Amino acid sequence: MPASAERYLEVQNSEEFAQLRHRLRSFIFPTTVAFIVWYALYVLLSAYARDFMAIKLVGNINVALVFGVLQFVSTFLIAWYYARYAAQKLDPLADKILHDIDEKPAAAATAAEGSQD
Amino acid sequence: MAAPQLLAAEAASSSRSLTITLFLIFVAITLGITVWASRQTKTATDFYAGGRQFSGFQNGMAIGGDYMSAASFLGIAGIIALYGYDGFLYSIGFLVAWLVALLLVAEFLRNSGRYTMADVLAFRMRQRPVRTAASVSTIVVSVFYLIAQMVGAGALVSLLLGIKPGATFLGMDADTAKVATIILVGALMIIYVTVGGMKGTTYVQIVKAFMLMGGALIMVLLVLAHYKFNLSALLGDAAAQSGKGDAFLEPGLRYGVETAGDAAKTFYSKMDLLSLGLALVLGTAGLPHILTRFYTVPTSRIARKSVLWAIGIIGTFYLFTLALGFGAAALVGGKNITAQDKAGNTAAPQLAQQLGIDYLGGDTGGAIMLAVIAAVAFATILAVVAGLTLASSSSLAHDFYASVIKRGTASERQEVSVARIAALIIGAIAIALSIFAQSLNVAFLVALAFAVAASANLPAILYSLFWRRFNTAGALWSIYGGLTTAVVLVFFSPVVSGSPTAMFPDQDWHWFPLSNPGIISIPLGFFFGWLGTVISKETDPEKYAELEVRSLTGHGAH
Repeated sequence: MPASAERYLEVQNSEEFAQLRHRLRSFIFPTTVAFIVWYALYVLLSAYARDFMAIKLVGNINVALVFGVLQFVSTFLIAWYYARYAAQKLDPLADKILHDIDEKPAAAATAAEGSQD
Repeated sequence: MAAPQLLAAEAASSSRSLTITLFLIFVAITLGITVWASRQTKTATDFYAGGRQFSGFQNGMAIGGDYMSAASFLGIAGIIALYGYDGFLYSIGFLVAWLVALLLVAEFLRNSGRYTMADVLAFRMRQRPVRTAASVSTIVVSVFYLIAQMVGAGALVSLLLGIKPGATFLGMDADTAKVATIILVGALMIIYVTVGGMKGTTYVQIVKAFMLMGGALIMVLLVLAHYKFNLSALLGDAAAQSGKGDAFLEPGLRYGVETAGDAAKTFYSKMDLLSLGLALVLGTAGLPHILTRFYTVPTSRIARKSVLWAIGIIGTFYLFTLALGFGAAALVGGKNITAQDKAGNTAAPQLAQQLGIDYLGGDTGGAIMLAVIAAVAFATILAVVAGLTLASSSSLAHDFYASVIKRGTASERQEVSVARIAALIIGAIAIALSIFAQSLNVAFLVALAFAVAASANLPAILYSLFWRRFNTAGALWSIYGGLTTAVVLVFFSPVVSGSPTAMFPDQDWHWFPLSNPGIISIPLGFFFGWLGTVISKETDPEKYAELEVRSLTGHGAH
């Protein structure tokens, strides 16, 4: 059940929640920028650095193919690393805050019971 | 000419009846599941979200089944077979896109929404205008995508069943068979959605994902075995057979084509490539039929897990298409493929037939492999169109009918009845539009759907979740602004008029030089969202506190 508006504001302003937000955002935003730049680099090289992409490394396997496969590898690695980060750094803190929202309602908030949908 | 001509031999008719038999088995199984699912569908949560009881693996498979369309399976394999490396380049955007969904959208949407994309967008806004906008954008994106899939299905059936111009099948010529297929596909998707709801649709998508991955795996193993698992040998043979040499293994034959002596054309062609890449990467996490899948699991953690599975499945599949496409180029040959279909959509089925002939007992084996892959292709189309129809009818019922028209006074039962009727109406409209568009080149509608999703939906979703100041005006501006910009630019682009491959090749009103609007419309969508927000005074810190706390912790999640 949703809590009251005061309670949500109180939680949002709490130190723990600020920490959760910080841990989350300091991971997801830079990582998003990084993989978009990495992907853009790949597309730009495909469009403008074709001699470089054409260099053969082993047999018929050229830089373009390796670069493309690296996009798969980086996607898998980021997904795996995020899952690990979230399980270690985000989930326990989120669970604690979630538990405290209903268990430790501040005195001020108990009176005003919010009811949405 | 050797065997590669699709259905040239007398195996043709046996393959055709086998294709139809396999397809009917798939239809029978999925209809059985649908009827079973309908008995389990009692509440609105059952209908819209499949009861939220799917596991991470099940939903991951269903996401794969929802996402990997015929355009992915037949289209990408075909582009690789005809243009080499660029088909692979194209597929990568579809995969990387899932990181946006994983990191920025899936969990927060699952925590704070209920049934539709608009649940999150309208969370802290004025309900009626925002839900109307979200509903419009959901239906536009889904119907564009739907028409492209259904017209593609119509074109495929005559190819896969081998109905040549002038020939007839069950008394139908190629054109009649096309229309019949569009109606059949439309009728089945309406049944899946109205009867089975999200539960039925999800199982159809799971079954399809297994069929697609299984079918592709068999072909990949046969191709690789043919080259003794030497990738370099496969690439070398493909390049040699293509007649284009090393260029076949390098970017530039399909996207960002360089036209000697025409600097402007070369520039626009390269900009088009960047624009397409941007739309693919940012569009996926704004596709309504993908977003609604996150509601089918019990918690946001399981939503995360399902995206991880989806990334694994989709990534593996696109690596498979690399072997399928180059395998088709090497073993079937570009000439034999374009003789069947200029766009290369039959490359994968032709490769299946060739592999069957070579490794599974001659013509009979070829006929069986062809039939299996053709049936997989039909299953692929059905699963995707069902997901699209469900997403748009859910939005029409839950966002437009229940919140805008009834202002939240409709009962669950009424809402679900309206959703069923909406599926019927949207399905019927999609059938009618697809029949009208069947002779037109509407393949660009898939890219347009991604562009609208990236320009209109994604900015609104991200601002909603992460920007405290965001408000009703911002949401409306980004949705309508991004949507209008993308659609208008494409309307005046060479894919609609003024080029031989345009939707209307004999007319010319184009002035926008790119086929893909993303590079303009996506930044504009974000800009409009910002501008609309700052010129409006509305803020609601309390509702944002609720949204932020709930989206990050799962408090009060449905």
